[in-house]
Amino acid sequence: MTKKEWPLWEVFIRSKAGLNHKHVGSLRAADAHMAIENARDVYTRRSEGISIWVVESNNLVASDPSDADSLFEPADSKVYRHPTFYDVPDGISHM
Amino acid sequence: MNSLFEYVLRLGDDSLILGHRLSEWCGHGPILEEDIAMTNISLDLVGQATSLLGYAGELEGKGRDADALAFLRFDREYKNLLLVEQPNGDFGMTMMRQFFFDAYRKPLFEKLQHSSDKHLAAIAEKSLKETKYHLKHSSEWVIRLGDGTEESNARVQESLNTLWRYTNELFFTNEVDAELVEKGIVPTMQEIQNEWNATVTAVLNEATLTIPTNNWKQEGGRKGLHSEHLGYILAELQYMQRAYPNMQW
Amino acid sequence: MRDINISELERKFQEKIDNDVKIEPNDWMPEEYRQTLIRQISQHAHSEIVGMLPEGNWITRAPNLRRKAVLLAKVQDEAGHGLYLYSATETLGADREETIDDLHSGKAKYSSIFNYPTLTWADMGAIGWLVDGAAIMNQVPLCRCSYGPYARAMVRVCKEESFHQRQGFEIMTQLAQGTPEQKAMAQDALNRFWWPALMMFGPSDADSKHTAQSVQWKIKRHTNDELRQQFVEVTVPQAELIGLTVPDKDLKFNEANGHYEFGEIDWTEFWEVVKGNGPCNKDRLDARRKAKENGMWVREAANAFAAKRAARKSA
Repeated sequence: MTKKEWPLWEVFIRSKAGLNHKHVGSLRAADAHMAIENARDVYTRRSEGISIWVVESNNLVASDPSDADSLFEPADSKVYRHPTFYDVPDGISHM
Repeated sequence: MNSLFEYVLRLGDDSLILGHRLSEWCGHGPILEEDIAMTNISLDLVGQATSLLGYAGELEGKGRDADALAFLRFDREYKNLLLVEQPNGDFGMTMMRQFFFDAYRKPLFEKLQHSSDKHLAAIAEKSLKETKYHLKHSSEWVIRLGDGTEESNARVQESLNTLWRYTNELFFTNEVDAELVEKGIVPTMQEIQNEWNATVTAVLNEATLTIPTNNWKQEGGRKGLHSEHLGYILAELQYMQRAYPNMQW
Repeated sequence: MRDINISELERKFQEKIDNDVKIEPNDWMPEEYRQTLIRQISQHAHSEIVGMLPEGNWITRAPNLRRKAVLLAKVQDEAGHGLYLYSATETLGADREETIDDLHSGKAKYSSIFNYPTLTWADMGAIGWLVDGAAIMNQVPLCRCSYGPYARAMVRVCKEESFHQRQGFEIMTQLAQGTPEQKAMAQDALNRFWWPALMMFGPSDADSKHTAQSVQWKIKRHTNDELRQQFVEVTVPQAELIGLTVPDKDLKFNEANGHYEFGEIDWTEFWEVVKGNGPCNKDRLDARRKAKENGMWVREAANAFAAKRAARKSA
C-alpha cells in the first residue's frame, strides 16, 4: 500500500498575550493552512489560545539525550551567574 | 403577518437543519481532525439556532421558546432552505453544500450586524465571526477537492451539479423581506446575491470547477414546501419530544 | 557514542522512573517498555474513537437544543482525546495510520464497554455517569505516568473530561426525578450499563498479565481490582441519592471495614465481548472501517493539492 498519510505537524499555542508559545501536541494535515485550522479546532476548543504556530515535525531538530551531560551539566557549576551567589550587606535595598 | 418573526425563523431553521445534517458526520469523518472541525461548525450552528429561534419565540409572543419551535412544529411550518436539508452525500457534497451556504450567510450577517433591530444585530455580529471561519474552511476544501486528484475533481463537480439547483432559493424574497427592507431592518437580497456570485465564481474558478449551465431552479423551503428529506430529519429530531410529550430532559 | 551496556542503560532507566523523572521520546527505553506503552496508549486512543459511536447514535435524537449541544461537544471531545493519544503513540515511533489499521484488522483492542448498544436517551446519562466515571478513575493516575507525552496528554484529557461525567449524572438525575416513564428509562439504563462499567477496569488482578511490570514502570499506578473497588465505593451512594437501584443482589455495605462488597462479574461475558462477540463489535468496527475507506479519496486529494500548491510556490 502506498503511503497516503498526511504529514505530522507540531503545534505551539500562545495562551494569552505576553506569554510564549508552548508546545501542546501534534496533528496530521496535508498543508500548512490545514495544519493551522486543525490546530485551532483540536487544541483551542476551550479558548486555550490566541495565536498558533505549526511546524512540520520533520523540520524540527532536537538535541540528543545522550549528549545531555555535556550540553547541560557544565552550566550547573557556574553558580556565579545567579544573584544568590553574592553577599549583600544588611541594609542595602534595591539590588 | 409578523414579518420579523418569519424572517428570524428562516434564519433559525437554516441553522437548525444544517447543524443537524453536519452532526450526522460526528464519528464518521474522513480523518479525525476533520471530524472535529465539522463538529465545531455543527456546534456553532446549533448555538445560532438556539439564539435565533429563542428570539423568534419572543417576537411571536405566544410563549414558545427555542425548543418548542425547534421540536414541536409540523413539517410545513419549517422555513429552512431546501439546500440545507439535502443529504450529506460524500464529504465533497457536504463541503459544497456548506460552501454555498456560508458564501450567502457571511454577507448576510455582515449586513444584519448593523440592523436597526438591536437583538438581531447582536446575534448577527456573533454569528458572523463563526461564519467567516466556516466559509474559509469550506472554500478551502472546495478548492482542494476541485484541484486535487482526477477522482476528487469528478466527485465534487458532480456535487456542484446536484446542488446548483438549490442555490437560487438562497435569495428568495417575498412581502416579508419587502416590509423589513423598507423599515431598514434587513438588507436587500440583491446585495447579498452580488457578493455570493463574486465569492462563488472566484472559488469555483480556483477549484477548476465548471458552473453548470443548467438553470433549473428549485425552491419551496421558504414557503414550507420541502423535499422528502425534511420529514426524515424531523422524525429523528422530534422523536423524543413526540414520544414523551411534556417532559423535562 | 560511549559504549554502555544494556543492563547499565536499564539500571539508569529504572533509576529515573524510581525518582519520578519522566521518560521523554528520545530517551533510551527498554523495547518492552516502548511496546507496552504503544499497546496501552493506542488501545486507549481506539477506545476514545470507537466510543464516539454509541453516543453519536443519539446526537440527532437529543431531546432539546441544550442536550444536543452538550452531547455534540462531548463526542467531539472524545475525538480530540483520541487525537491527543495517537499523538503520544506517534512520539514512540508508531505511525497513526498503522495504529488505526491494527484496530480495523481486529489486532488491537479497545474498551469492551463500547460494544454495548445505546437503546434509549437514558443511555447517554448512564454512559456519562458510569462509563466516564470509570474512565476518569482509570485516567487520573495516568496523569502521573512515567512517560512524559502520555502523562501530558492525560492531564489535558482529564481536565476536559470533568464535564463529561457531570452532564451524564445530570441527565440521570433529571430522569430519576421525572415521570414514571423517565424513571423506568433511567433504571433500565443503569441495569444494562452497571456490569459492563465494572468490566471496564479489566480482568481481575489474578488474571491480569501486564499489571506487575506496568506498576514497576509506573505506567500503571493501581491494579484493576483496586480501581474497581474505588469505583463501586463512590458510585453506589450516587445511585442511592437519586433513587436508583444498583442491579446487584450481592451488593452490601460492610459496616466492619467501611467498604462495599459486590457480586461476581460475569467473566465469560467479558471475555466473549473482548474476543469480538459483543452485541455491537461488528457494527463498531464496520463503521470505523467505512469512515476510513470513504475518506480515502479526500485524503488523497488533499495530498495532491498540497503537492501542487508547493510546486506552484517554488516555481
